[in-house]
Amino acid sequence: MKIEDEKSFDELTDKEYKYGFVTDIESESLPPGLNEDIVRQISKRKEEPEWLTDWRVKAYHHWTTLEEPTWAKVEFPPIDYQALSYYSAPKQKIDAPQSLDDVDPELLETYKKLGIPLGEQEVLAGVATVAVDAVFDSVSVATTFKKNLEEMGIIFGSFSDAVKEHPELVKKYLGTVVPYKDNYYATLNSAVFSDGSFCYIPPGVRCPMELSTYFRINAANTGQFERTLLVADEGAYVSYLEGCTAPQRDENQLHAAVVELVAHKDAQIKYSTVQNWYPGDKDGKGGIYNFVTKRGHCRGDNSKISWTQVETGSAITWKYPSCILKGDNSIGEFYSVAVTNNMQQADTGTKMIHVGKNTSSTIISKGISAGKAQNTYRGQVKVVETAENARNFSQCDSMLIGGKCGAHTFPYIDISNPSAQVEHEATTTKIGEDQIFYCNQRGLDTEEAVSMIVNGFCKEVFKELPMEFAVEAQKLLGISLEGSVG
Amino acid sequence: MALIEIKDLHASVADKPILKGINLTIKPGEVHAIMGPNGSGKSTLSNVLAGNEAYVKTAGQVLFDGKDIDDLAAHERACAGMFLAFQYPVEIAGISNMYFLKAAVNAVRKYQGKDQLDAMEFLDLIEEKKKVVQIRDDLLARAVNSGFSGGEKKRNEIFQMAMLEPKLGILDETDSGLDIDALRVVADGVNALRSPDRGFLVITHYQRLLDYIVPDFVHVLVDGQIVKSGGKELALSLEDEGYASWVEEKGA
Ligand SMILES: Nc1ncnc2c1ncn2[C@@H]1O[C@H](COP(=O)(O)OP(=O)(O)OP(=O)(O)O)[C@@H](O)[C@H]1O
Ligand SMILES: [Mg+2]
Repeated sequence: MKIEDEKSFDELTDKEYKYGFVTDIESESLPPGLNEDIVRQISKRKEEPEWLTDWRVKAYHHWTTLEEPTWAKVEFPPIDYQALSYYSAPKQKIDAPQSLDDVDPELLETYKKLGIPLGEQEVLAGVATVAVDAVFDSVSVATTFKKNLEEMGIIFGSFSDAVKEHPELVKKYLGTVVPYKDNYYATLNSAVFSDGSFCYIPPGVRCPMELSTYFRINAANTGQFERTLLVADEGAYVSYLEGCTAPQRDENQLHAAVVELVAHKDAQIKYSTVQNWYPGDKDGKGGIYNFVTKRGHCRGDNSKISWTQVETGSAITWKYPSCILKGDNSIGEFYSVAVTNNMQQADTGTKMIHVGKNTSSTIISKGISAGKAQNTYRGQVKVVETAENARNFSQCDSMLIGGKCGAHTFPYIDISNPSAQVEHEATTTKIGEDQIFYCNQRGLDTEEAVSMIVNGFCKEVFKELPMEFAVEAQKLLGISLEGSVG
Repeated sequence: MALIEIKDLHASVADKPILKGINLTIKPGEVHAIMGPNGSGKSTLSNVLAGNEAYVKTAGQVLFDGKDIDDLAAHERACAGMFLAFQYPVEIAGISNMYFLKAAVNAVRKYQGKDQLDAMEFLDLIEEKKKVVQIRDDLLARAVNSGFSGGEKKRNEIFQMAMLEPKLGILDETDSGLDIDALRVVADGVNALRSPDRGFLVITHYQRLLDYIVPDFVHVLVDGQIVKSGGKELALSLEDEGYASWVEEKGA
């Protein structure tokens, strides 16, 4: 089909967001606005210890001194932080659900619609390989398989529970990877975060199932600020998956999460994200502003942190999952597929900071743009003086679908040790009408053709995802790009 | 029934009329050759037949296997048995030729209500077809046409045709860019595929190809119209005389 044929091209870029429903559920919110009192109220409602309240308040005061960053290649009208509500929790009959029976059936229904299994029948049948912590608006509503994990000494559940049940662990690690002063959004998160997931794997334990947090924003005019803290103690291993959706609303919603990972000596963390927040409609109305700070700290020798992300949703994505490679021989990896269609904007990438000796990092980034979307890779490789024999390999590939979108690559390389070896490769390709026609002429319809070409392009990243999610990610990619090629 | 029946076909590219009333009927088992000067509309004809939407049919009718092609999208025409060996085969990075072929073969089979081939059956089919059109294994393993030489691309087209077993094969200048040996391989492949229920439309500039693939009919296309049709000897006289007389006549 001709690119000049605007009408049919635009018709085809229409797509439906299938998770756009709103759950009709009673919720408790704080009034809109942000001040010290609101911060204290959030902390109070959550019955937090004083040290945590103080930490939040410090963060809040620091936040008031900061300016919103403008360096990313994204454009949006100013956010009125005083118009947002900073706390929304589904009203529960009982304060905290003790088991799934206590969870509001409407909520369970919501997760069912989303395809997230919160029932525990699966484990009885012996088929489940995933434990799920579900976060609805800002509150964790259900964690499955908690007991099975506890037997191995694994702590996995909501952040609020962890504050109550394991305050010493939370206190020891909170803010040690992403300090509350880190950046505008992380500081805001530190002040007002409501819930999220906490996970601790004790020394020598290999977590036997995928741990998964599922985030859902439901309430209108609410910011979502979760905080995830994941610690793998010496020799531990964990694979963690995060998924996200939101209802279709005309207003933009703010999501400013923080994820901190700590890997001790010989530990390995694999953190995968399939992000499918509502991207807004094709004219750019509505959608999630996804401003997320994710960082991993390879604290001990021979530790390894691997980020894999498939970003298909959100109106704006601002996100740079990073690794600080402090331990000698530690390894950082970043595998990313970022898809933008219609009016979506993504500015994403990673930072690899080499501190220890013989540290190595790999960056594979695949950006796909369709419609009028803008997709930016921004990455930094930093090798400090102490990092003898650091190695990095980066590959950033962009794919353009149609003629109205854009792809941009900004690699920053900062080397202070001459023994470092850093390699960077970048390519840009275009899915052309001629490629589509060629596939058509061999019997493949247009959707199959696009999906085949795009999946071929993303192969290296998908193979890093746990099997069941790789399949999910492929499907999601198909949906996100549905009709993007005429 | 005719395999394809083209009646008074008019078509435009970028609003410019290119085909100006083509009439052509190919019956099963027949090989038709089309020759004509550069820019006369040969590739346009093959693109219109195959359903490339950049080419707009403005008048006339085309029946493929009895069905009006207006009712079929490009991939449906392919699945129904029309194959176009491209004058300029397209490169697709990141997808191996094998994977692509398997997807294509299974898409066509699905459309025709046949079982999907599994990996083993597919490999068997590859081996069988390699006997018809020799192709190096590394070309099958590499991304579709990526970095293939001109001749390798053309050979790959004919290999794909052998794999897909179409009813009508349209070969758009498959001979250009081939060395003598490759030309033989490709021609032998096409000849092996000739059968009483299969037809071919062979577009070429050179008589040489027609020495190998001997056509039943030769048509001369000038400025979007077939100005003369004849048997295989017509190609020989064109080789001697060129198109000058036709072009002048039309221009006058
Ligand atoms: N996409 C296009 N945009 C504009 N003009 C086009 C396009 N495709 C073809 N044409 C024009 O249509 C006319 C016929 O082109 P076509 O490719 O059908 O010729 P051909 O007979 O195959 O020539 P050749 O022997 O050189 O392959 C030419 O004048 C060409 O420039
Ligand atoms: Mg041509």
